[in-house]
Amino acid sequence: MSQTSVESTPVQASGGMKANLGWLVRHPIWAFVVMIFIFFSLMTDNFFSLGNFENILVQTSTLGLIALGMTIVMINGNIDLSVGAVVALAASLTVDIMGWPMFESWGNWQILPAVLAGLASGVLLGALNGLIVWKTGVDAFIVTLGAMLGVRGLVFVYTGEQSFFALNFAYSDFGASRFLGLPTLAWVFLIFTVLMHVLLSRTVHGSNTYAVGDNREAAVNAGIRVGPHMMINFMIVGFFAALAGLTLSTQMGASTPNLGRDYELWVITATVLGGTKLTGGAGNIIGTFGGVLAIGILRNGMNLMQVPAFYVLVTLGVILIAVLFLDKQLNRKGGEELRI
Amino acid sequence: MTGFVERIRQGEAKGLIARNGIFIAFIAFMIAFGIGSDKFLSFNNLESVVRSSAMIGVMALGVTIVVISGNLDLSVGSMLSFGTVMVVDLHDKIGPGPAILVMMVCVLLLGAVNGFLIGFVRLNSLIVTLGMLSAIQGLTLIYSGGKNVDVNPSTQDTTWFRVFGRGEVAGIDMPIIIFFVLAIIIGFVIAFTPYGRRVYAVGGNPTAAVFSGIRRNRVVFSTYLISAFCVGIAAIILGSRVMGSQNNVGQGYELLVLASVILGGTSLLGGSGSILKTVIGVLILGFIQNGLLLLGYPYFAQWIVTWVVIILAVWLDVAAKRGRLLSPIA
Repeated sequence: MSQTSVESTPVQASGGMKANLGWLVRHPIWAFVVMIFIFFSLMTDNFFSLGNFENILVQTSTLGLIALGMTIVMINGNIDLSVGAVVALAASLTVDIMGWPMFESWGNWQILPAVLAGLASGVLLGALNGLIVWKTGVDAFIVTLGAMLGVRGLVFVYTGEQSFFALNFAYSDFGASRFLGLPTLAWVFLIFTVLMHVLLSRTVHGSNTYAVGDNREAAVNAGIRVGPHMMINFMIVGFFAALAGLTLSTQMGASTPNLGRDYELWVITATVLGGTKLTGGAGNIIGTFGGVLAIGILRNGMNLMQVPAFYVLVTLGVILIAVLFLDKQLNRKGGEELRI
Repeated sequence: MTGFVERIRQGEAKGLIARNGIFIAFIAFMIAFGIGSDKFLSFNNLESVVRSSAMIGVMALGVTIVVISGNLDLSVGSMLSFGTVMVVDLHDKIGPGPAILVMMVCVLLLGAVNGFLIGFVRLNSLIVTLGMLSAIQGLTLIYSGGKNVDVNPSTQDTTWFRVFGRGEVAGIDMPIIIFFVLAIIIGFVIAFTPYGRRVYAVGGNPTAAVFSGIRRNRVVFSTYLISAFCVGIAAIILGSRVMGSQNNVGQGYELLVLASVILGGTSLLGGSGSILKTVIGVLILGFIQNGLLLLGYPYFAQWIVTWVVIILAVWLDVAAKRGRLLSPIA
């Protein structure tokens, strides 16, 4: 008995090892996540605790939610630079609308129309971006670059450059609430991560997403309606940006017109760290989740080690380039050129 | 006369309008704002608009070269912060001349890192410069320790360093002169020299460029040096004008600069575009801002107008090349 088990283990182990190595080559970011996880656990006293893990999840949930949407848009071969501005717009709208006098008699229900309006603004702006990309054929990079400026302008004009404070405390209580032993915001992030993973890997829309990003012409020939398909994905990322705006404003109990500035760059960093290609056709939610965690753990861990925030910026930049370099070495397909 | 009508019928005029849409839009803007506000077309106002656009303009010149060669540079904003903080901080410590020299060397080194990674290692320019954006922002904060810097107030009015931002030659502000002189030099190099043709070739068709004996890697590398050089000049103008700097002074500039390059009509696909178009793009952004303010709109209304203008400008460009207004995508 013992003999056979001894003989069988190495075979299994090497097989398992190969599978694991393959998985790691496909998701090199997870190797990095494990590395920094162990590093910070050893180097700091406070890192390895359930409370801190919850912190990391909540801190990164905003970034993570948008990254989920960005992944699907980037697999499509598009990009959305307007997410940061949409974060501010949705947050400002929601916090402002719940204070409108017409909803005053609604009690806590006044939050409902506000939240719906906030989410709708994100979906609508996503639809607008998608429609422009579809109908004009202008590159998504340019369309959403314009929207990034324009929507931010809208926010400043709408708010009169003022911050809004949530008058209904139930709204900010939600940001601090817990559900089944975890912060509610962490649940929101985790549940949407699973949903998006299922959407991408188990549905027709998901496989169309890869098909469109891989070869747009072939996708058209295969009967996929590429225009509406891309528009739906822009609406999804718009929804997530708006949702991130809501989670951010529930945490602060307020909104500022500068909210979400530079988020587009952080989100793209997280998504690319997760292995999604800017050229489209490749990427997945597991990788993106790893990319988001990597940023979250780095920020949190370096903060606990009392490293000034400056070094986090440098580290992130270096890691982004290093991951890109590693990816090129590991997944050399040849002939891959940037298509923007 | 009939020939002219025929040519319009054949769509030649349509193509002409579409190709030069940016100039027509520029003139239309000037006329509209000129009618709307009597201050708009005064010399003082025009000069102040051009002066305040000069810094973005100088950066846009370098980014235009990078974009023509088929790449992107998102690191110019934080590179501007870095350069400005450095030159202002060193001004009192080692004197203006050495400060400018040291700052230019450091900025060019950063540009060389960009150029090496994108030109020689052949990594994606968007992500490399995005990483550099973050890294340089961090470097700036490390350098300054998070504090704002400024030139000692007692020397601010006497140092010759002030000439770049506050000086005048023949009644015209120095930033304007720097912007136009640099535009003419870079415009000439890119349009009339073998080097310029290599840049266009690399951006238009990299494979063909390599097969015709162009060293693609070196050309791409050099475009990032030019871009970094322009950022260094912009940092001198900014530092000299303000005589101080915050750590995040250039935050968000990368996309504003890119917007004016795109507005001018330089294609992100590479291989087309010109310095003249970029200058017009920069001026249009400046005049939109100024005109809307003079007409009494809030400051940020300009961004909303910019949104519409960018998309319309690029749409017109794309539609002219395709020969139809709407995209054929199903």
